[in-house]
Amino acid sequence: MSENKIKVLVAKPGLDGHDRGAKVVARGLKEAGMEVVYTGLRQTPEKIVRAAVQEDVDVIGLSILSGAHNRLFSEIMDLLTRDNKDDVLVIAGGIIPEEDQQQLLEMGIDAVFTPGTPIKNIVNYIEENVN
Amino acid sequence: MEKMITGLKSGQERMIARAISLVENNDVRGYELLKKLYPTTSLAYLLGITGPPGSGKSTLTGKIIKYLRKQGGKIGVLAIDPTSQFSGGALLGDRIRMDEVVTDSKVFIRSMATRGALGGLNSSVFDAVLILSAAGYDYIIIETVGVGQNEIDIVNLADTVLVVTTPEGGDEIQTFKAGIMETASIFVINKSDRPGIEKMELTLEQMLELKEYESGDWKPPIVKTVATGGEGVKQLLVEVENHQRFLQESPRKEERKQEIMEKQLINLMEKILRRQKIEPVVNSDYFKEKIESVLRREIDPYTLAEKLINRGGGSG
Repeated sequence: MSENKIKVLVAKPGLDGHDRGAKVVARGLKEAGMEVVYTGLRQTPEKIVRAAVQEDVDVIGLSILSGAHNRLFSEIMDLLTRDNKDDVLVIAGGIIPEEDQQQLLEMGIDAVFTPGTPIKNIVNYIEENVN
Repeated sequence: MEKMITGLKSGQERMIARAISLVENNDVRGYELLKKLYPTTSLAYLLGITGPPGSGKSTLTGKIIKYLRKQGGKIGVLAIDPTSQFSGGALLGDRIRMDEVVTDSKVFIRSMATRGALGGLNSSVFDAVLILSAAGYDYIIIETVGVGQNEIDIVNLADTVLVVTTPEGGDEIQTFKAGIMETASIFVINKSDRPGIEKMELTLEQMLELKEYESGDWKPPIVKTVATGGEGVKQLLVEVENHQRFLQESPRKEERKQEIMEKQLINLMEKILRRQKIEPVVNSDYFKEKIESVLRREIDPYTLAEKLINRGGGSG
């Protein structure tokens, strides 16, 4: 019997104060049997990456609605590389215009899930792609 | 392995975190690591913080960390939340309330789920304590919800245990598990700016009076705090220091160490038994067939359990 559990950090970078979506996803992943660390609102890239390292998560889920995703996500990806934590699966959700999605994928974000995505799809994606 | 040991001893968070995951996952490499660490590691001072959900434990933990950090020293935190018995998942949200200290390079916070689905004490908390001690953390705070036996066992590892309640918590006190009240070194009434504080204080005092304290015993003090604003935290830490000093001089100190090690050993033996004898049986088709035969009354479960244990670890 394997005792490995998928551990996920759900984080909200940037200044928007809307975490309904992040909380729904966190709950959904928990119901799917994952261990979910939620760090609350307005997390800086440094805080997010430090939490990912200390918690040794397999997945980081970033939720953002403020529109600052390009800059914040690229900072997060840089810090992950700096801290040798780039083996983690990074997924993003929130209000992310289609024209930006490609850019995020190129920056190393593994997948982008926009509003309306069933939680099941996210769970399946994680289960199939986690190391 | 050597790389991990050097890494964690020099305080590399990535290595410390990996090591804790190994023991959490019952990975054999985790045990190899612990075998190497144990002989040369003395355990850090352990502060346990427990209490019902919503009593402000995490906020208080955050404030305690801030305070202790002023005196220097590195602080490790193990924030433990229950695993859902239904999904096996867990929501670990204690970091939210410790936001003020998460960027401090001398503070390491790790959330852990109890994972006790098969019963028994989650011994990986002890293992994580060992790892953090080896990594040079001077204080380790173990924070857990004080509701189940598992959590009481976890918090009992600590040298000093804070039981946190609130002015509204009168009924909780009545229904607290007996074990948790006995385990308290210090009672904290948090959110003490709220109505009902006098009554709560009285309830606790009366409860403490029911117990006879002899000279030389530690009688738990009651400290009032408002964690959000930091009121009372200074006084609380004075009491923690008093208790720490009391332990240094107490003959109970060695006794406690023995009790904790006894539990830890029982735990480890249970884990080994489970891995070697029980899991191979449970995962076999033979086991499922046999359940059927028990239900058909062809064999009774008592005889079968004995047979299965003797069979465990064998082939097929």
